[in-house]
This record gives sequence, C-alpha cells and structure tokens, in this order.
Amino acid sequence: MLSGVDLVVEARAFVAIVGPSGSGKTTLLGLLAGLDRPTAGRVILDGCDLAAMTEDERARFRVNRVGFVFQSFHLLPTLTALENVLVPVELAGADRRSRGREPARRARDHAMGLLDRVGLAERASHYPVQLSGGERQRVALARAFANRPRALFADEPTGNLDAETGARVVAIMEELNRDAGTTLVLVTHDAELAQRADRVVRLADGRVAP
Amino acid sequence: MAPREWRFTFRRLGVHMTSISVGVAALVALHSFRNDVVRSIEEDKRSLLGADARLSAGREFPDSVEAVLDSLVAAGAEVSRVTSLASMALAETSGLTRLVRARGVEPGFPYHGAVTTEPPGLWPRLGDLEGFLVDPALLVQLQAGVGDTLRLGRVRAPVLGTVEGLPTDIGMQAAAGPRVFAGAELFAETGLLAFGSLARHRAYVRLPEGADPDEVEDAHAETLRAADVSFRTPDEQMRSLTRSADFLADFLGLVGLAALLLGGVGVGSAVNVYVRGKLTPAAALLCVGATRRQVFSTYLLQATSMGVLGSAVGVAAGVALQRFLPPFVGDVLPVEVTPQASPAAAAFGLFLGAWVAFVFALLPLLRVRKVSPLQALRHTAEPRAAGRDWMRGAALAALAATVLALAMFEAPSAPAGAAFAVAIAAGAGILWCVAVLLVRATRRFFPKRASYPVRQGVANLFRPGNQTVAVTLALGCGVFVVGAISQLERNLTRELSVQFDAADMIVFDVQPAQEASVSALLREFSESEPELAPVVTARIAAVGGRAVADILADTAARDRPPRWALRNEYRNTFRQDLRPSETVTAGAWWDDLPAPDSGLARVSLAQGLAEDLRVDLGDRITWSVGGREIASEVSSLRDIDWDGFDMNFMAVFEPGGLDDVARTSVATARVPGDTARAEFQRSLVRDHPNISVLDLRVIRAAVESVLGKALGVVALLAGLCSGAGLFVMAGAIASTRAQRTREGALLRVLGGRARQIRAVLVSEYAALGSLAALAGGLLAVAASWLLSEHLFEMPYSPALGAALLLWLAVAGLAVLLGMASGRSRNRSDPLAALREAGD
Repeated sequence: MLSGVDLVVEARAFVAIVGPSGSGKTTLLGLLAGLDRPTAGRVILDGCDLAAMTEDERARFRVNRVGFVFQSFHLLPTLTALENVLVPVELAGADRRSRGREPARRARDHAMGLLDRVGLAERASHYPVQLSGGERQRVALARAFANRPRALFADEPTGNLDAETGARVVAIMEELNRDAGTTLVLVTHDAELAQRADRVVRLADGRVAP
Repeated sequence: MAPREWRFTFRRLGVHMTSISVGVAALVALHSFRNDVVRSIEEDKRSLLGADARLSAGREFPDSVEAVLDSLVAAGAEVSRVTSLASMALAETSGLTRLVRARGVEPGFPYHGAVTTEPPGLWPRLGDLEGFLVDPALLVQLQAGVGDTLRLGRVRAPVLGTVEGLPTDIGMQAAAGPRVFAGAELFAETGLLAFGSLARHRAYVRLPEGADPDEVEDAHAETLRAADVSFRTPDEQMRSLTRSADFLADFLGLVGLAALLLGGVGVGSAVNVYVRGKLTPAAALLCVGATRRQVFSTYLLQATSMGVLGSAVGVAAGVALQRFLPPFVGDVLPVEVTPQASPAAAAFGLFLGAWVAFVFALLPLLRVRKVSPLQALRHTAEPRAAGRDWMRGAALAALAATVLALAMFEAPSAPAGAAFAVAIAAGAGILWCVAVLLVRATRRFFPKRASYPVRQGVANLFRPGNQTVAVTLALGCGVFVVGAISQLERNLTRELSVQFDAADMIVFDVQPAQEASVSALLREFSESEPELAPVVTARIAAVGGRAVADILADTAARDRPPRWALRNEYRNTFRQDLRPSETVTAGAWWDDLPAPDSGLARVSLAQGLAEDLRVDLGDRITWSVGGREIASEVSSLRDIDWDGFDMNFMAVFEPGGLDDVARTSVATARVPGDTARAEFQRSLVRDHPNISVLDLRVIRAAVESVLGKALGVVALLAGLCSGAGLFVMAGAIASTRAQRTREGALLRVLGGRARQIRAVLVSEYAALGSLAALAGGLLAVAASWLLSEHLFEMPYSPALGAALLLWLAVAGLAVLLGMASGRSRNRSDPLAALREAGD
C-alpha cells in the first residue's frame, strides 16, 4: 500500500522506479497509468485528474495518451505481429468511429513503420508463438507507440530477456521515446537500466525513499 | 503425490467431469427405470392379461375352436367373451358424434385385476345394466355427461358411468380411441355385428386351479393355428410387454450412451489442456528424482478420481431423475410403476463413468511420459524422441473396444449395437471433419473489414490450447439430434396437411339399400362429387389351384408366401376404370385385353401383393366370399400411390366378376368447416346407425398427439445430448479462462472499454455456438433428408425457420454460458491479473 507519495514527473522525462519486492512499485505504476484509482489523493496525468474519471473515461484516456510495456510481453496469441501493433489503434478507432478504407490504410502504414523501427518489418505476419522473447518485446514496444502516447509506462521490460536482448530493447525504447517526445516511467530491478534514467525514484514500504 | 495436487486439479478439471455426470445420470435413470417397469409387469402379469389365457381372432370363432372352449369349460374352466368393433356413437343431447371402440362384455371379465368405475361398483353389474359405461375422455369429446343418452347402432341408452381403470388396456392402446362398454346382450341389440364390420372376438379363460396355460396351448395348438386363432398366456403377455419396455430402454440407453461418450470427449479435451500446463511441473518432478511411471500414475490417478467423482454426481442425479420419469411417460406404460433404488444400476453407472473418464483421459496423458527433465529448465527443450509407442496403441484399442462393448451392451441386439458403434464413429468422424473444415474456413475467409471486437472474438477461437473443434463436435452432436428431429417433425406435419386436400372423411359399411340416401347426403355436404366404391370382403381359398391350407402345411417348401398374405381378410372391389393414383405395371386393363379363354373373372392385383403371393399374370386365385368360392385370373398388376387417400384396393375385379355376392360400399368426402362436419356425421349416424365415419382430421390430431409424445421423449434425450455438449463447452471455456482473463486485462490496460471487451467475448462465444450450430445443422439437414426420402418416402424440403431458430438458440446459449462463466473477470485489477498470468 502506498502512503504519502508526492511525485512530479516532468514531461518528456525518463524516470526509473526502483525498490525491493513489495515496496509498491507496480501499485504506483498502475496509479500513474490510470489503471487504478487512489483511495486518497490525486493523480494528474497530462493535465487530467485521473481520480475524477470513470473507468471508461480512464480507458479512453489510456488508449489515446498512454503506452504500456510489460515484463511478459503480453501479446495476443491469436493475432500476427502487425495485428498486435494495431490493437490500440483499433480500440481507439472504434471509439472515434473513424473506420474506413483510408484511415485503416494509414493506421496500417503507421504500424508497419513502427515494426520497421524495431527491426521487425519482415516478421509482421508472424504470430507471437513464432517469435523469440526479444522479438515479442519489440512488437510490444511498437504496440505501445502505436497511438503516439504522451506517456509510456514499462513494468520490468527487460525482466524476461537476456542481457544483450534487454539492452537492445532498452535502446529502441529510448530512441522511440526521444523521437516521439514521450514521457517514460519504468519499474525495474536492473540497477544498470535505472542508471540510464534522468531520475531514479526509490520506493520502500510504500513510501518514496529520500 | 496425487492427493497433494487434489485441490488444484479439482478447480481445473471439476467442470469437465460434470460432462461425464450427464451421461451417467441418463444411464442410471434409464436402467433403474427399466428394472422398475419389468418388476411391475412381472408382479401384475395376470392382471395385464385379465385371465389365465386369451383366445383372439378377427372373425367369429369357428366350430373347432368353440369345441375347444366347450372342452375347457367341461374341465372346470370359466370363459368370458369380449367382442369389440369400431362404430359411430352419437350423443343425443349435444348432437356430436365420435368413432368409438364399442365392446360387448360377458360377465366374468376380467378374472384377474380390478376394474374401477365412477360411480364405483358398476362393472360387475354391466350385464344387467340398461346403459353404457364409457371412457371419461368420450364424455369430454361428445360434450355429454353421465345420464345423457348415447346412440350406438340401433340402441339408444343412457351413459351410466365411466371406466377409470381397466388393467388389460394399457397406455397407448387405450389412447387409440375412446371406448364404450356394454353388456353382451345390449351389445347384440345394437345390430352392429350383423353388418360384417371389422370386429375382434376374444375369449378370456380362467383355468381350474393348478392347470398350466402352456399345456392347454400345446394341447390345442393345431386346431387354433388352423383356425387362425391366437392364444396368449400371462407369461407371453409379460414377455411382450417387457420386450417393449426393454426396447424403449435400449433405444433410450443408446442416447444416454451417446451423451456419456460426448462427456468422454469433453474429458479428453480437458485433460489435453490440463496436461499442457502440467508438462513443466512434470519435468520438475523428474528433476527431483520422481520416475516417469510415478509422474504418469499421479496424473492418471487424478483424472480417474475426478471421473469417479463426476460419476458419483451422475449416479445421484440419475436416481433423482428415475423418480421423475413415471409421471412423464406414464401414458405409454402398461403398469403403474413405483420407483425403487437399483444398486446394480448405480454401481454400473459409477463404474462406467469412471472407466470412460479413464479411457478418454489416457490418450492425452500419455504425453506426460515423454517429458524431458530439461523442460523444467528450458521451455523449449524437446520432449523425448517418440518411437513406436505401444501404450498409445493400447489406449486407442481400449477406447475403440469401450465404445463397441458399451454400444453392444446397450443396444437391443449385438448387431444393432455394433451398427450403432460404427454409426457413432462415422457420425463423429463426419462431424469432426465438418468442424475442422468450418474452423479453417472461418480463419481464412472471415471478413477482414469486420469491426475489431468481432474480428478479435473470432480470432480467439484459434488461441493456443483452444478446444474449438472439440466444442464444435460436442455441441454439434446435440444440435444434430435436435435439428434432425425438428426438421423431420416439420416435414411430417407438412406431409400430413397436404394429404387432406384430397379427402378428409371416409364413410364405410354403407349397405346397398343405403347407397342412394348416403349419396344424397354426400352431395349436400361434400365439396367434391360423391364417389362410392363397392367393397367385397373375401379370403383367399387357393392359389394356383393349391388350397391355402395345403400351402401352409408344406413347411418344407422354399419361397412359400407369407402366412399373413394367405390368411388375410381382403376388402376387394370391382370397377371399370383405372384410378389416377394407379399405374398398370404388367398386363393390361380390361378394355385392352380379350376375354380369357378360361371364362374366369379377371382381377388386377397390387404389385406388392402379387410379389407376396408369388403370383404373376395368368395365375389363378380362388377367393372365398361369404361361403362361395370365386375363381379369378390375374390379368394385370398395378403400382398404387397410397399417399393421397384415394379409394385404392389391393385386388380390383372386372365389373361382373363379383355379381350376386354380399357387398357394402365405401365413400370418401371432403367436408369444409367444423360445423358442417359435425352436422354431416350427425345426419349420417341418425339415419344409418350402422355406418361408420372416419374423420381424418380427428385422426390427424390423434396422430399428431402421439407423434408429439414420441417426439417429446426423443426431444428429452436430444436435450441430454445437448446438455452434455453444453457441459463440454463450459469445460472448454473454463480451461481457457486464465488466457481469457489475461487478454481481458491486457485490453483494459491498452485502453479497451468494458463494452469493447464484452463485445469481444460475445463475438467469441457467438462464433463458437454458430460453428457448432452450422456443423450440427448441416448434418441434421443431410440426415433428415436421407430419412425423409428413404425411410418415410416423402419429399424433403429444409425447414429453414426451424434451422434459423436453432442457430439463434445455440449461439445465444453459448453466449449466455460463456458470459456467465467469466462474470467476475472484469472486476479484478488488470495489472495484477497480467502479472499473475506472466508468472
């Protein structure tokens, strides 16, 4: 449980949240990303008070302004790499009622561009089961940037990868972050990865350590 | 080791084992119920016959048989005769008429079992009563009450009471037509027997103490056979009744078995998914020193234990179901059944369920034996190289042997069981192929432009570990049975209604003197020009110059005509013209033939009858008509379309061939409107009490009611199959619940709203239900088409409305079941759910 957390993250910053297991890292990440509501206090993201929104409003907010990367990749096994990248676009598209041939083509081109950026253009029609761990995480990265989010949240993004692959994934993440001007908040146990952040927030027993 | 994983296993496999429960419940209920029926029949066998022996014939007993009865009476036996025939009854107060089964009863009948009447105590005095006892249903139909006057033949007498229970008239037999009982003397006064109506003569015999009915039968077998009189003992009656009960139970048992095997498919499918998740723990167990045998036994024991548990639930449900069956099928049962627990049936069900679970779980579990310990360290490690696996062969053989043995055990006969097993294998094979093709076609051809939730829902059918084909197979089986029944029902109903366009009433037993007045009545009421056809009742005396008795006595002869064809009482006619429903297939009609040299009467036979009698053109048949012998020569054969209710006859004589013999006439009519129909029948019965009218619309209603009851029982069983299919589906949904939870959480994290996530799930379940409905529906249409064309010999046209309704029902049920099974999913914390799934 978090208590007395007072944290301001500047736009376009790269913040790493570290701390021992059970210190509240994931809870904080969930609150920051609008996945959960605080029982007390407020979370303001991109000028919006997340605590004041309904669940569907927060979902709509997330799909347009937030990207997410997980430790276990979490791709949909029944979709190809390209289709996985397109999921947030589809979810947002259904919202905007902007279905149609031209928007669909543009979204597809954008998704293909992202896959190209992560070096997987040629694997676009592959299913997750046909990809390696590193490739899956790169697809997840492309998906996270599909809707040009204002903030990217990553939960142990290299936790399931070997050092070399992890380093490559982090490099791509930093590059995409820099190019798109996204704020990046990541939770990690990896001290080396945390060192690369602009700022490191340490949590202990649900509080920000001094 | 097995018990330690019990709680986890229970959660994962529990739902699947309930699919075994449905089949076990059906079998336990049916076996116990059959035991109940057989026991009750055995206890009541003498009451069910009403006597120690019953002689029965379609005409009055000849002197030889009367002599047998006299000898029995002389030896101390008692005889009571019951004569029954079909006739019209008119209720004078309401003016309504009804075709009834009139019975003249001599005192004494029944010698065993009690007849209950309302008011009580009337039956023993029936011979002295100046009135009738009737079925309560008749009073309802005639809108009459006790005390009202009923007209039967020449007699007008009051209804004195109702017969509530007569042990010899069982279930469906009593439903065939309402009965009117009269004492023998009053019955004789009706004059109905004098007109040569179709009457059945029965003599019920109470033998002296210690006399054996079988010995009596043996002693007079020759005389009875020669006179075409049947002899029935209580044991024979019991065997006949239990045979019907056995047949019913066997038939129902096969459906129960189908449900159980579907449950087996569900178990196999569930264990398959379960094993997939157990490969790493199994590898870990191997790493810490467990042997492959230990690991394999652990999981096999778990699956079998769950099978035992599922069967136990099934046994309990079956015992409960057994108690609900008697009221449900009471109408068709010969006896009142008191349910009694049957330990043998319960034990059988328990064993069967456990065995089916074991056999179906065995195949997927064999994979555990191939696990490499390295898989504990690396998920991608290869399993042990698969060589020739004798265990797999043995498991497949056990599976096939189980299906074959169970089918042979449940079916009425071993060949029928083997055929059922082959049919099950073939049906499942075809359904499987259809399911696989449909699933592949869906994946390949599903429109890419459909909305995202729909595309995602359909794509979910192909997630790793999906059981789409297994669910399509299981649910499709239920759809197939229900669909085939509804298709057949619609076609049968359509066929029945079409046939009444030609005629909806048959008037028979018209005496020559009544023809003019009946014709006048017909002209007044019928839409069509009245047609009367003469009817001459005849038996065959000789074929090709050989007396029928000689032909029947020649038991060594090969290709002898069947007994019924030689002994039947034929209703023949004579006429000049061929009817539109007839086609001459051999020879020629009267005008196109020269008169025969023999000078014999010319007769045209129905093709089928000529084949049965083994006669051809030019052959001679001698007919016995009212004591006279008339020789005839076969001059043509006809193919007859019996469907149209045209006035068709097996044997048609050339006019002049049947001069100077006693005859009656039959007429068909089409009378529009219920009021006119009632008025027509009332006028006919008032003026001509001996004449009977068959109202085909009433008969159709009766047929539909019987058909409805039969279809009701079949539908119940179809429901069982569908129930088993739904359980398999519930199990399949449960086994992929973790994946679905993770996907739902992921979509929420990515910004999916609750409505979108619900739409994905609804699309997935609707697609699953639709695949099953389509696979089962296609097979149902194919099967009902084959049955219609070849078994019922009627044209088939698919009932699209019923098919559409079934599709909607199955898709709707699938959605309901799926959504209900995942209700709590959206409430959990998505990030926590994802973390848990990732661990």
